[in-house]
Amino acid sequence: MSAGASEALSFAERFVAQLPALQVVVPMLAAPLCVLLRRPRATWLLALVVCWGSVVMSVLLLQQTLSGGPISYHEGGWEPPWGIEIRLDAVNSFVLLIVSAISALVLTTAPRSLAAEVSKKRHYLFYAAYLLCMTGLLGMASAGDAFNVFVFLEISSLASYTMIAIGPRRQALLAAFRYLMVGTVGGTLFLLGVGMLYATTGTLNMVDLAVRLQEVESSRTLLVALACIVAGLSIKLALFPLGLWLPSAYTFAPAMVSAFLAATATKVAFYVLVRFVFNVFGPELAFGDLQLDAVVLPLALAAMLISSSVAIFQQDLKRLLAFSSLAQIGYMVAGLCFASLAGLTGGIVHLFNHALMKCCLFLVTACLVLRLGSTRIDDLRGLGRRMPWTMAAFVVGGLSLVGVPLTVGFVSKWYLVLAAIEGEGWLVAAVILVSSLLALIYVWRVVEVAYFQAPPADAAEVDEAPWGLLIPVWVLAGASIYFGLFTEHSAAVAKQAAAVLLAGSGGGP
Amino acid sequence: MVELGLLNYWLIIVLMVTGLYVLMARQNLMKKILGLGIFQSAVIIFFVTLGKVRGGTAPIYTAEDLERIAAGQDPVALYSNPVPHVLMLTAIVVGIATIALALALLARIHEAYGSIEERDIILEGEEL
Repeated sequence: MSAGASEALSFAERFVAQLPALQVVVPMLAAPLCVLLRRPRATWLLALVVCWGSVVMSVLLLQQTLSGGPISYHEGGWEPPWGIEIRLDAVNSFVLLIVSAISALVLTTAPRSLAAEVSKKRHYLFYAAYLLCMTGLLGMASAGDAFNVFVFLEISSLASYTMIAIGPRRQALLAAFRYLMVGTVGGTLFLLGVGMLYATTGTLNMVDLAVRLQEVESSRTLLVALACIVAGLSIKLALFPLGLWLPSAYTFAPAMVSAFLAATATKVAFYVLVRFVFNVFGPELAFGDLQLDAVVLPLALAAMLISSSVAIFQQDLKRLLAFSSLAQIGYMVAGLCFASLAGLTGGIVHLFNHALMKCCLFLVTACLVLRLGSTRIDDLRGLGRRMPWTMAAFVVGGLSLVGVPLTVGFVSKWYLVLAAIEGEGWLVAAVILVSSLLALIYVWRVVEVAYFQAPPADAAEVDEAPWGLLIPVWVLAGASIYFGLFTEHSAAVAKQAAAVLLAGSGGGP
Repeated sequence: MVELGLLNYWLIIVLMVTGLYVLMARQNLMKKILGLGIFQSAVIIFFVTLGKVRGGTAPIYTAEDLERIAAGQDPVALYSNPVPHVLMLTAIVVGIATIALALALLARIHEAYGSIEERDIILEGEEL
């Protein structure tokens, strides 16, 4: 081999070795560049290149972790537990791929959907916030250090408050302000919990924490630490009733932001909760001594029933979808509470599936905002004929929400019901089924208005949504059918991820 | 009797609950921000307290300490744990960013609604 070729090879190797850090650093550095560039088109192109670059990086990382086991990256070359570690395994590299793929797809629609709701002068700031939010989410997912999780959580939260506040109506400001208040309390509670863990064990590295917590007897400090961490994260992942900030925030944010946040922010917070419960505290401590499921499972069930019922009565499509999100988060949390392989697989695969379908549905609302200027359900009359592709995508996403066979929604509910039957949680299985029926009602309401009612006589001509929006919408709709038919990809990765979590990465049981 | 050795923890709890109460009970959005600030500060003080050792100093070895360490003995001085203190530098920065963003939003809310009283804003009768 020539010297040049081996040099190129070693450069490629060194590049791959730095990937765990690069996938956080690249979007972070691109954000200030966006502010400097200022021109809407140029900043969008930069952000787009960065987002699709992140997709490539996370695909490479996922391949590495699936074939070669966990990656441990030492920041600045300091050995953990003294140095800060980025730790990637099958679970969080899967989450990284979801976050980066959804960010890239949503950003692709930006020039058409954002222009309808945000003045062109502010676009560069929006893209900077978008990239910062993505940085925070990727950082949260990849951090191996409890305090770093807090810092990245706050980075992503601060960026998401600004993105919500940029919404076109003035209620967006109030929604963002309320979310900021509640979200910061959540972040601070999480920090408090991390502080108590540090007081108990003297370490912040998550693998090291797991090892040392094995030796510590359960004490009141640990109970309070778990309570603070779970409560803080439950606010961020919008577990009912702590997630009541979510409907207003998603309703008044630009539709594209709702699509992005609904598919990523709550999902990453759920991942962090799973990681802390299974790999930091460990299931024996969390579910055995500290009885986490006694508190969280009833809330998850309440989320499914109450939020689905409330969704039925909404007049606004975005608010309806937001309440449906609260219900779907209930499914994921219920999956966590079973603490079994089937339950966790269901929770993780639902994380992926719900990201696909909710992103698709919120992008449909972006099409409606662009063409119709409204997302009120009354205004959708007869839209099935006037915007056939958009509404057909809504039907696909809606059926998936209900959990009809051949869609991804069915796959995750299958695993969850299976886990419930396995763990003899008959009540949980029943609630999942009832909640699916409620979902059928709220999805049908919209379908009925769009397909079976005549358009109002004074309705203006409406064109089909532009291709720039329709293609991402249909990529997501197609994916939610594809992964419903061929479960060996998503469900197999989720199963491997669940197995990794239950086996404990490193020091766990 | 309450142990005096844990007094600072009791004070932290008082601060924390005060902050949360102000955040939840006040109608004025500015006061809500102040409550949030108090709550965050309480957690910051909690971390600082964790790292403090009575009589401890900054963890910098003096020439005498280095000699003792070379001779295989413990250093003379008692050192505080610097890690929680350093963590709080970051947390303070996060807190400042949050408060700054909250104030910026508040200014925009005042522009849009002409008031920062939650009651007045709800009286506008819009769906929230």
